[in-house]
Amino acid sequence: MLELDAVTLEYRTADRVVTAVERISLKVKSGERTVLLGPSGCGKTSLLKAVGGFVTPAQGTVRLDGAPIRGPGLDRIMVFQEFDQLLPWRTVAGNVEFPLRAAKRLGAGEAASRAAHFIELVGIGGFARSFPHQLSGGMKQRVALARALAIEPAVLLMDEPFGALDALTRDTMQDELLRLWNELRFTLIFVTHSIEEALAVGERVAVMTPHPGRIRAEIPAGVRAVDSGFPALVRQIRGLLR
Amino acid sequence: MMGTAIRRLAIVGVLCIVWQAYAMWLKNPLIFPTLTDTLEAGWQATLSGELPHRVLLSMRVLLIAYGAGIVLGLALATLAELTRIGGDVLAVLTAMFTPLPGIALMPVALLWFGLGAGGFVFVIVHSVIWPVAINTHAGFAGVPPTLRLVGRNYGLGGRRLTLSILMPAALPSILTGLRVGWAFAWRTLIAGELVFGVATGTGGLGWYISQARNAFALPDVFAGLVTVAAIGLIVESVIFRTVEALTVRRWGVQR
Repeated sequence: MLELDAVTLEYRTADRVVTAVERISLKVKSGERTVLLGPSGCGKTSLLKAVGGFVTPAQGTVRLDGAPIRGPGLDRIMVFQEFDQLLPWRTVAGNVEFPLRAAKRLGAGEAASRAAHFIELVGIGGFARSFPHQLSGGMKQRVALARALAIEPAVLLMDEPFGALDALTRDTMQDELLRLWNELRFTLIFVTHSIEEALAVGERVAVMTPHPGRIRAEIPAGVRAVDSGFPALVRQIRGLLR
Repeated sequence: MMGTAIRRLAIVGVLCIVWQAYAMWLKNPLIFPTLTDTLEAGWQATLSGELPHRVLLSMRVLLIAYGAGIVLGLALATLAELTRIGGDVLAVLTAMFTPLPGIALMPVALLWFGLGAGGFVFVIVHSVIWPVAINTHAGFAGVPPTLRLVGRNYGLGGRRLTLSILMPAALPSILTGLRVGWAFAWRTLIAGELVFGVATGTGGLGWYISQARNAFALPDVFAGLVTVAAIGLIVESVIFRTVEALTVRRWGVQR
């Protein structure tokens, strides 16, 4: 269980202190898919970074299974939007093995076999020996996903991971993410500014509004665009964001 | 890659033809010997073992000093990355010492380290350390923020982050530093041997050129100069290009 309790995040510019998010409380149960949805500048990425331990809350606490978060760690792995999150000097297999060897201190054989398993799982088994620059954007994000999942974190944090992909690839990747979740049942916090993506990926959607960032409402989701309730939900969220 | 090699060899060929044609037209071997005379002199000096011996003497000093300069330059850049005071130290030292030619330190180096290779090693290290440190540091600064976050996410920080993430990510810049450092080292050594060769007694390639000039053996002087240029060309086109092909080009981070 991940608990955010009245978390306020601030950042300093040259002349003033800006409140990114204010008194946000949120509970994420183990194995749940939560989406933070909001426009740019609503503080959803900052909130994700606070869970990741990259920024310290000005007020409030973030706890994972009761223990306060003190910094980045392998129990919370982030997947970013940027393709340069992959190490360009390592092959696909090398990228997935890297944290297993460097941080989890697995032996070479164990890291290699676990990496191979997760590379196969995300559907790029034929590209284990390719370098990142030889892959398409969608495949790069699959590598990032395999690398994160292979660590088996308590929480997977995804910051607009499909934001730089074309619409068709984005749809495929959303389906892939759900397929992987059905298989592995990881805890997911997923940040996006797309209502459609939020409804497709999340079991529930926390709708955020900016200046300062607050959670406006939590909406049960898991609805595809073809479902009958979809247009009404989109309208409801549009109304909240306005 | 092959096409590039052929094009570049062709450029060398054209330069050789221009040289030969100009020297034959000038007809003054005491000012400007022909390419064939130069190659003949170089060939004789190679057969006698004189030229290879001189090259080896120069290379030994050069490689020791180049290696030490790289290690110190990388260490300085790492220190600048890890601590604020290290960054200030690097900024001040590079601003002060980069414009200072290595050869200008030669008189004090001889005073401090006496006759022999020690003084040369000192001035070559000075020539290598600043370009390596400054380019490495610039490379660190250019590492994508996402990549740093990824490293921190894996619990890497400080030296481990620098070694396993920043160094490989900054390799294109580091290679630039190594190239510049190599060129500075090579020219510092040759100039130093030319001017101070007798005093230091390392007797390398620069000393060979200097002796040939004293003997008015101009083809030998040119043979020495051609050797300097040829070694520079080989290091650039074989060693550096191979390293690039195996690393930054293979990784797609440099065209």
